[in-house]
Amino acid sequence: MHILEFTCIVGTVSFVAGLLGAMTGLGGGVIVVPVLAIMLGVDLRYAIGASLVSVIATSSGAAAAFVREGYSNLRVGIFLEIATSLGAVFGAFLATRVPTAGIAIVFGVVLLYSSYSSLRQTPSDAADTGKPDRWAGCLRLDSSYPTAHGMQTYHVQRIPLGFALMALAGTLSGLLGIGSGALKVLAMDRGMRLPFKVSSTTSNFMIGVTAAASAGIYLSRGYIDPGLAMPVMLGVLAGSLLGARVLMRSGTRVLRLVFGAVIVVMALEMIYNGVTGKL
Amino acid sequence: MEDRRLELIVSYLLRIGVGASAFLVMAGAVVYLAQHGVAVADYHTFRGEPAAYRSLTGLLALEALRHGEGLIQLGLVLLIFTPMARVALTLLMFLGQRDWIYVAVSALVLATLLYSFFSASPA
Repeated sequence: MHILEFTCIVGTVSFVAGLLGAMTGLGGGVIVVPVLAIMLGVDLRYAIGASLVSVIATSSGAAAAFVREGYSNLRVGIFLEIATSLGAVFGAFLATRVPTAGIAIVFGVVLLYSSYSSLRQTPSDAADTGKPDRWAGCLRLDSSYPTAHGMQTYHVQRIPLGFALMALAGTLSGLLGIGSGALKVLAMDRGMRLPFKVSSTTSNFMIGVTAAASAGIYLSRGYIDPGLAMPVMLGVLAGSLLGARVLMRSGTRVLRLVFGAVIVVMALEMIYNGVTGKL
Repeated sequence: MEDRRLELIVSYLLRIGVGASAFLVMAGAVVYLAQHGVAVADYHTFRGEPAAYRSLTGLLALEALRHGEGLIQLGLVLLIFTPMARVALTLLMFLGQRDWIYVAVSALVLATLLYSFFSASPA
């Protein structure tokens, strides 16, 4: 295949991945890596390097809009970035030592979990109005966010649990070249009891920093190929910018299910290829 | 409110960073495809990038920037720097507010990012 042809195909595939990733909340990276590796036969290391770069672009692009609307909690974000960035550095070092077959298996498992959590997702927008946490008070993490009934205050709970889950999210991000959005939302939404809207936008905001923490290591190891990263980054970025504008209506439930099934097949294929040593 | 102003500045910074990076990558893409469009694409086996494309110093040696790949790579490095600049900006803002806990928190995150970018030397 010629480079021009290859670039067009990768660009189109990445655009679709970015679009679906933004619409379902899975993120573009988690979709584009298996597509590149399984369908286009790209070495997993190149696929992960290119995906990581696209993750920084989409996170920064989307965060720019959400930050302006006042949903994301900057203090919670920067505080948890300690955990995600240290985790990401650790994950990137792991990536250079773990064989690609092992990475493929872990990737498949994370993919299965992500699709499960996105299908189950029931945004409970009931803010925790329980008693303030001592840690949250010291760190001034409690804040408020805009709702239909005006500004609603919320209290942040169980910070050590959230911190630990974030370290894991960072490690997976650095190891697999994905944003780990599903796990970040879980840490804040279920773990720290933040309102769903605040969790998802703050997660988006943190993804860029997490990915940047491992991207430098990938770059210096020669995993980031300009010829491949170019169409992946531009495609995923354009797709996710469009996807953020297309609202996920309840009528698209069928689309969600079909897409979920595709993800499950890709995840199983990643695990199978990992086990048989084909990747 | 101070936090609100910070959020607006952060928002602009992120847009400029991503926009400038995408522009460089697209410019590089034009040069790259004009130079190598008809060559055969091969990503099946991992070889690793040449040293010039692995670090900022390698790219700024200018020789790399004569090629489309070098321009693309410079755009990607700019992209990696965008979240770092955001953390640096957050640090400055907390410094202005004399919020020492968050000055320390931002400094720690920034140190991690800088460490990962500059100390991971090409293997």
